[in-house]
Amino acid sequence: MKEIRWHGRGGQGAKTVSQILAQINLREGKHVQSFPEYGPERSGAPVRAFNRIDDGEIKIHSGVYEPHVAVVVDESLLDTENTAEGLKPDGTLIVNTKCSADDIRSRTGFSGTVVALDANKIADDAGTGFPNIPMLGAVAAALGSDLEVVEDEVQQTMGGKLSKDILEKNLVALRGGYEAGKGVHVGS
Amino acid sequence: MRKVMTGHKAVAEAMRQIEPNVVAVYPITPQSEIAEYYAEYVHNGLVSTELVPVESEHSAMSACVGASAAGARVMTATASQGLALMVEILYIAASMRLPIVMALANRALSGPINIHCDHSDAYLARDAGAIQIFAESAQEAYDYTLIAQRLAEHNQVRLPAIVNLDGFTLTHSVQVVEPLDDEPAKKFVGSYKPIYPLLDVDNPSTWGPFAMPDYYFELKRAQVAGIEAVPETFLEVQKEYEKATGRNYRGFFEAYQLEDAERVLVVMGSTAGTAKVAVDELRAAGEKVGLLKVWLYRPFPYAEVAEALSHVKQVAVLDRAISFGAQGALYSDIATAFAHRDRRPALFNYIYGLGGRDTTTEHLTQTLSELKSARPGEELRYIGLRE
Repeated sequence: MKEIRWHGRGGQGAKTVSQILAQINLREGKHVQSFPEYGPERSGAPVRAFNRIDDGEIKIHSGVYEPHVAVVVDESLLDTENTAEGLKPDGTLIVNTKCSADDIRSRTGFSGTVVALDANKIADDAGTGFPNIPMLGAVAAALGSDLEVVEDEVQQTMGGKLSKDILEKNLVALRGGYEAGKGVHVGS
Repeated sequence: MRKVMTGHKAVAEAMRQIEPNVVAVYPITPQSEIAEYYAEYVHNGLVSTELVPVESEHSAMSACVGASAAGARVMTATASQGLALMVEILYIAASMRLPIVMALANRALSGPINIHCDHSDAYLARDAGAIQIFAESAQEAYDYTLIAQRLAEHNQVRLPAIVNLDGFTLTHSVQVVEPLDDEPAKKFVGSYKPIYPLLDVDNPSTWGPFAMPDYYFELKRAQVAGIEAVPETFLEVQKEYEKATGRNYRGFFEAYQLEDAERVLVVMGSTAGTAKVAVDELRAAGEKVGLLKVWLYRPFPYAEVAEALSHVKQVAVLDRAISFGAQGALYSDIATAFAHRDRRPALFNYIYGLGGRDTTTEHLTQTLSELKSARPGEELRYIGLRE
């Protein structure tokens, strides 16, 4: 079983991409859970969301305390929260930042695998402005999901709500993030 | 087809397939997304249900009572304080033998104000006369919503039914659910045939009568006959559900690694899933532990539960609410089940998870381990409490 913890701020869509990640893995034949931290949802307030992914049925219904992957959608949270708390020593920390992986290691004290990508820039270059989608791409790539499946799930989930143009831009952002997460292998 | 959805959505999907004539809900906090999804179905024309948004849960249950007495198939949903406000009318619904089916997203009752899961709301309604079923997962909440409909409407039963699903843990968490296709679901639920509907003006009948000391007692006794018909009907409907769907729901509870177990947890709701993981871990280490997960809570299957636990040495009964000044409600039921039996396990009452306090696998393996040397006594024990 793999456990993933997302750190974001209210309104950034961490919960949404955690749900899309669940759908992607369902498509790949896995059992999944996705749940937000159960607190008041306020725009800009720190929020967490979680995933569990397993080959077999997931029976556990408690919180996630020792994730294999921690994802930081908003860099400012590195200063206010211990985003590496409980993260398995051989786990992966994926951060939206301009800094290098080494900088992140020294800022968080986490010495395992770090993926540093500038998801804000990827999103801005693509014209969407939302870093959650490139972060989803990076996480899905690190988990070994197939890009086509990832793209298709994003299309199916967001297609109904976005114009064709904005959806296309999101797919560009998604691919950018996926590229950054490729080559990382998250152990179970 | 397997899908991912929240517990709320799973229940709403079951309701869409049941397509009751009337859904009456209070549409504001602490209402759940169930009502939101259902309103969407109504407004998108997916169902022909009359959706009645009212000004309080008291009115919601009152509208349900009126519609059900009129002859409609009726459903509703609520949580915590909402149920508290409904309870007055829930007693009346049960006494009028109205098969209103409702989802209860279990959340703590105030105070202090808390929006998270525990079972204090379900326990508050314990003696109202409604059937109560507890689900472990969103899948079970879906399946049992369909089953509850058949059970509540059975001619020998005719009682309101509550399907409990843990607030947030099941209601807001996206999980894998395999809903039935519409056709087999609708076929299983079947159409509703009201008896003595109020709107049958050619055959007038009395509903909600005034009953003084000369009849009140007999009417309550007649209500006992209804709830006593539940266990047999429950098993029948489970069997039919299995026949229709291939899904194996058998019995009033799920026995997990129970057969040769020496130490056992008894629990209701989503924590039963976490308990299975705890049992698996200890079994892998060679310990004879098991779980009894209660599905049918009211009426309580005393004899069957006692039978299933009679060989066990120690039983930890987990209550997710305090009955102040008394043992936990579930513990009291288990203790009652053994009242007339010579062979009985040592019973221990644990309170856990109040107001959404997380209960982990470690908590439960620890509970099972400490049972070995625990001295029996009536004191309440607590899981995951800071003292």
